[in-house]
Amino acid sequence: MSTANPTAAHPGAASPARRVAAQASFETRAILRNGEQLLVTIVVPVLLLVGLVRTSLVELDTAGATRIDFVTPGVLALACVTTAFTSQSIATAFDRRNGVLRLLATTPLGRGGLLAGKILGVLAVEVVQVVVIGGVALALGWQPVLAGLLPAAGLLLLGTAAFTALALLLAGTLRAEGVLAVANLVLVLLVVGGGLIVPPSELPGALAHLAAFLPSGALGEGLRGALLGTGVPALSVVVLVAWTAAFGAGAGRLFRWH
Amino acid sequence: MPTTDAPSGAAVVARGLRKTYGGRDVVDGLDLQATAGAVTAVLGPNGAGKTTTVECCEGLRTPDGGTVRVLGLDPVADAVRLRPRVGVMLQDGGLPTGVRAGEMLRHVAAMYAAPRDLGELSARLGLDAFARTTVRRLSGGQRQRLALAAAVVGRPEVVFLDEPSAGLDPQSRHAVWDLVRELRAEGVAVVLTTHLMAEAEDLADRVHVVDHGRVIASGSVPELVASGPGTSPTIRLDARPGLDVDALQEHLGALDGGTWTVAEPSPGEYTVAGRTGPATLAALTAWLADHDVLARRIAVGRRTLEDVFLDLTGRHLR
Repeated sequence: MSTANPTAAHPGAASPARRVAAQASFETRAILRNGEQLLVTIVVPVLLLVGLVRTSLVELDTAGATRIDFVTPGVLALACVTTAFTSQSIATAFDRRNGVLRLLATTPLGRGGLLAGKILGVLAVEVVQVVVIGGVALALGWQPVLAGLLPAAGLLLLGTAAFTALALLLAGTLRAEGVLAVANLVLVLLVVGGGLIVPPSELPGALAHLAAFLPSGALGEGLRGALLGTGVPALSVVVLVAWTAAFGAGAGRLFRWH
Repeated sequence: MPTTDAPSGAAVVARGLRKTYGGRDVVDGLDLQATAGAVTAVLGPNGAGKTTTVECCEGLRTPDGGTVRVLGLDPVADAVRLRPRVGVMLQDGGLPTGVRAGEMLRHVAAMYAAPRDLGELSARLGLDAFARTTVRRLSGGQRQRLALAAAVVGRPEVVFLDEPSAGLDPQSRHAVWDLVRELRAEGVAVVLTTHLMAEAEDLADRVHVVDHGRVIASGSVPELVASGPGTSPTIRLDARPGLDVDALQEHLGALDGGTWTVAEPSPGEYTVAGRTGPATLAALTAWLADHDVLARRIAVGRRTLEDVFLDLTGRHLR
């Protein structure tokens, strides 16, 4: 083995914190400047929020809560999925195809720094989403249970972990065009029947039992429990942790850089 | 662990490198060396294994056999220590399409403690004209120049350039070559893959000709050109296509009893190889006059790198 201290400073490299911060800011700007990404991550959730609150096109049993209090947690769950999953899988798939991942892996950033930068970039976009969606919801009369804010933030982090891992699993194994199609299709399916906005128990047939075990249903139920003050179901946390572990292990084993 | 037995100055050493995809040996026992302060060209036809070889040196692929050392380190195991010292230009560019050119270069520069001066680098590669254009809208040549800038912005000691001149106009190509020469003068080890003969002839201190995953010839350009068959000058003749090369070969053979090879590698362009002497030209032009053929050009010269390359790798398309 070499006697050189492996943790010694690399004279040519910027500090790890600076590299990851640069990558996170680069990723965040790339998403916020891309029209299609903005449409999916900001415009669609806000339109859904306003549409579901101001119209009764979709029947919802709110169990006594106001419609805005009931819908907002689900829209926040959807926002998390659009950024951590849809937007991230598509961006990563095209970066992979264009060799961006390989090029950045040869710079001092490395593969670990690239991953850290991506996760921080997702979280930064989610902060923007929470501010915009939360602001619109408050203007529409949303009254979240304050004691639920911290558990809700924790659930959003867990949901981000699960869906980012799924995004990387998809982006690292399929062709870019395939990821584009699958990511959008999965998003629509999860909105309609995944338990994000409409609770699993109100879904038809087998979905009523299945959706609570999907990461989408777990995230939606968890956020509703936290922000409506009925408590976070333990099942939500267990399901999200399990999916994060499964997707993470899959991505770690199957992700192809080329 | 094998010790680093690289001679001093050897920045890149590959020994017996092997890489297999789906049961096919893309790189098959390849030996290669590149020295600091020199340009090493890896020359070969498409599919010869050039890109896979440099990707193994860059730590992007793990070899299935053999050893690679870059600056005495293993490109995969010692990646963290190597990355700040190695610059890479990928064949497909590796540029994200949605960002502006200038932003991309600033981003790569942020990964290094003491990057090159971006203004000076942008000016000499002509990046200023499109710094505010998104990568998606850049021409192929503009992308190549941006990718080259990203490869050298961190002041690397070793630079890998995979087909740096692909798609460049002559002005851009000379700007790129000037920068490569300057890197060499600064003591950087430059490894470039190319199938442009002119690039290898003009730039390379050492050429490795690669085919079917192996190095089939190595040396400086003069060494490569001097080696092999036909060290006496070859005559190049341009005339109307379809001349009877066998008859011309016989005519020249009858003159001195030697063996002559007359070929028409592309229509209307002939090569005449043998013991070329002053009498050869007289015999050749006499034969042309007898057949009422007006030559557009007759040149006498030694082999070019392209001749060597085609002799070594064959003339068939792939």
